[in-house]
Amino acid sequence: MTRLIDKRINAKNKSAVNRQRFLKRYKSQIKKAVTDAISNRSITDIESGESISIPAKDISEPIIYHGQGGKREMIHPGNKEFVPGDKIKRPQQKSGKGQGNQASDSGDGQDEFVFEISKEEFMDFFFEDMELPNLVKTQVTTIYDKKKSRAGFKANGIPANINVVRSLRNAHARRIALRTPYKRELKECQEDLEELLKDTSSNTAKIEALKEQIVFLEKKIKSVPYIDEFDLRYNNHVDVPKPTTQAVMFCVMDVSGSMDQSKKEIAKRFFILLYLFLTRNYEKIELVFISHHTTAKEVTEQEFFYSRETGGTVVSSALKLMHEIASTRYPTNDWNIYIAQASDGDNWYDDSPACREILSEKIMPLVQYYSYVEITPDNHQSLWHEYEKVEQSFSNFAMRKIVEVSDIFPVLRNLFKKKDELKSAS
Amino acid sequence: MKKRKPLSTSSEWTFELLDTYDHEIARIAKNFKLDTYPNQIEVISAEQMMDAYASSGMPIGYHHWSYGKNFMDTEKKYRRGQMGLAYEIVINSNPCISYLMEENTMLMQALVIAHAAYGHNSFFKGNYLFEQWTSADAIIDYLLFSKNYIKECEQRYGVDAVENILDSCHALMNFGVDRYKRPEQLSMKEEQIRQKDREAYLQQQINELWRTIPNYYDTKTEEVERRFPLDPQENILYFIEKNAPLLEPWQREIIRIVRKISQYFYPQKQTKVMNEGWATFWHYTILNQMYDEGLINDGYMLEFLQSHTNVIKQPGFDSPYYNGLNPYALGFSVMSDIRNICENPTTEDREWFPELVDTDWLETMDFAMRNFKDESFISQYLSPRIIRQMRLFGLNDDDDEAHIEVNAIHNTTGYQKVRHILADQYNLGSIEPNIQIYNVDVRGDRTLTLRHYQYNRKPLAGTLDEVLKHLTRLWGFSTVLETVDNNGEIIQTTKTEIKH
Repeated sequence: MTRLIDKRINAKNKSAVNRQRFLKRYKSQIKKAVTDAISNRSITDIESGESISIPAKDISEPIIYHGQGGKREMIHPGNKEFVPGDKIKRPQQKSGKGQGNQASDSGDGQDEFVFEISKEEFMDFFFEDMELPNLVKTQVTTIYDKKKSRAGFKANGIPANINVVRSLRNAHARRIALRTPYKRELKECQEDLEELLKDTSSNTAKIEALKEQIVFLEKKIKSVPYIDEFDLRYNNHVDVPKPTTQAVMFCVMDVSGSMDQSKKEIAKRFFILLYLFLTRNYEKIELVFISHHTTAKEVTEQEFFYSRETGGTVVSSALKLMHEIASTRYPTNDWNIYIAQASDGDNWYDDSPACREILSEKIMPLVQYYSYVEITPDNHQSLWHEYEKVEQSFSNFAMRKIVEVSDIFPVLRNLFKKKDELKSAS
Repeated sequence: MKKRKPLSTSSEWTFELLDTYDHEIARIAKNFKLDTYPNQIEVISAEQMMDAYASSGMPIGYHHWSYGKNFMDTEKKYRRGQMGLAYEIVINSNPCISYLMEENTMLMQALVIAHAAYGHNSFFKGNYLFEQWTSADAIIDYLLFSKNYIKECEQRYGVDAVENILDSCHALMNFGVDRYKRPEQLSMKEEQIRQKDREAYLQQQINELWRTIPNYYDTKTEEVERRFPLDPQENILYFIEKNAPLLEPWQREIIRIVRKISQYFYPQKQTKVMNEGWATFWHYTILNQMYDEGLINDGYMLEFLQSHTNVIKQPGFDSPYYNGLNPYALGFSVMSDIRNICENPTTEDREWFPELVDTDWLETMDFAMRNFKDESFISQYLSPRIIRQMRLFGLNDDDDEAHIEVNAIHNTTGYQKVRHILADQYNLGSIEPNIQIYNVDVRGDRTLTLRHYQYNRKPLAGTLDEVLKHLTRLWGFSTVLETVDNNGEIIQTTKTEIKH
């Protein structure tokens, strides 16, 4: 009468398709929410899921019902002191005696529809219309990684890889093949036996012989095993070489006295966004942090963002160090090199032309992309003007100015705008 | 008193225990003469429960973004602990499918089995609305058919085109039911054959609306112009499916699917109080019987009573938790009261319910369960005792008056009035706006005219414009909505032009 079924093992995520449909339908609203969210977030949790909130009325399904007004009688529970005839003041209605078709525009129903999206979805929305420039290396890198891939079935293997359906199908086929001759013979014997039994005059010895034969055949049929070792089939996996991409990202930052903590914070956000963006394009990314004042050194991430130094600024020292690291540790035929430099624009005056020289001659030929952000509310100094010359001669060099935290994302977007958008814009 | 031999004492459940409990509950239910469909009890996880929520409990459903929205909403609320999931969902099908959540304790599973698998189940099988308007045997097959059909359409005509039609249909879903005419029974095989036939037939037919050959008699008789349709039609989706001039056959089929599903849920909307009251009454009675027989111990009983009292909690109108009448509370009170009247009638009961007094309570309750819906059930069985216990009172909110007036309380003069108002409160006819297809301008620009017949001067609210846009999209030509007041005069007209 009752069937008990354990459904827990069944497919979950029955709603996954519906959920995707929803996200697709409200893409523009969600994107706006994602962009708003990123500016409010602290850096440490930038790469987590997000709860997105969009106005409920944007996504409500149309419906008609009876609105306020007219005459309505209602029953409520919990009467304490009312007696018939009591008059009660009407509570203030927000929408008043409005006509039905205007109710949707008036005050009510401003609730937000809040839901969670995963980290992946968040990043998809976030970086949706951005792309990496110069993704193709001049020399195509071919680093191969092994990846397991299914490749049919084989007759031996480990028990974990047994393919049940295949194995049972083989067993079934074998059973049919081995039993059929016996079954045919058995049928014939049974038919003969029946004939003989009908005929009362037939001889008993023959009957006995047939009966024996039947028993023998039945035994034969029974002895065909249900499943045999050579029925077993195993899923076969082979290693497939898969080209992987790898990149190294150099973060270069001025840590001289003029870079205060708030400027560093801006730089950090910029670096992190850039890093996240790169992780979406490369499977493997290494980070190199170079901080500099008058001299440059390679530091850890912690030191990079939080150590405070004093003194003047010689940018070329960092560029030299970077070139040294890049040419010794990251040969260009294996690595895609990205450089992000942040500074407040201060530099020792005579050093700026030297920077341009190092960049143009040594560094730019090596790198995929070089982005420079200047974090300053003031006017540009010599470094910016020298860099402008570099920008003119190299298409993979970009520079922008950032004043406030809120500029970071637009600048990043602008730097990595999709090509076709750039074309249509210009 | 018998010595207790409880079936189990731990709060953990196992499949063996579920089986044992179900066995005992089935035995008790049978003693109480509950007639049920065979049960299919499925144990599911919280996430699956949320999936079920999103699609109003349907085990199979076509894809639509709105279900995704429901799911995300439920998921968020559940994750943040703003809401618990229902302990059970039960589906009006044969066999009757009920879901048990894996997180429930053993006692809760027993409670849910009694409530859903025997309470609701017997209601689905016995109540006249369900018997006449839904076909429990065919619903799962039909849902499967509709899911596959819509998937096929998506592949053939594109997800967006199908989504557009579904959006429009969902907007009018409440106006896709026959309220008075009984629909035909469904069956998947027949449905598939019929669907092919319909498609072929439609291809050959001319649509009445396209007729351009002048009628010979037109010149002779200058009769009053006949309306099309002749009588107003309440089932808007049905009318569109059959008469919209520009729809493709597959679009008509999708409209049909949506209105069939809407029709399937129609009885549930009309029996909320009865259905929940009946199921609650039976889980209460069955669990008590189990306790009396010593099958469950005191600890289980306390846990049960706590859950049960939560379910039938009714905050007063002035409580911050007040959210209207709780159908479980009202239904349970009235159901228990019927038994009470049969077994221990008071003088008042003899006066009010002479036909119930001293009858067999099982038979009387069975009759009540079978032959009523919320509206008629309340006007038949709501007793003065319940009105007093729940301290029900009536408010008359008339926007022609300056004040809201208390027009009935729990006193001799008020009982009938409370009963009357409360019954009307559960009358779908007065809850849902009455909008009907009135006319099509057959000889002109094919404008479709709908009429909203006002009830107690209540205006329409919600996203009316949006709904009308969807209607216009389905119809393919302009639409007009006329609001008619109690005197039969048109007081407001909304025209929605088609955008070409």
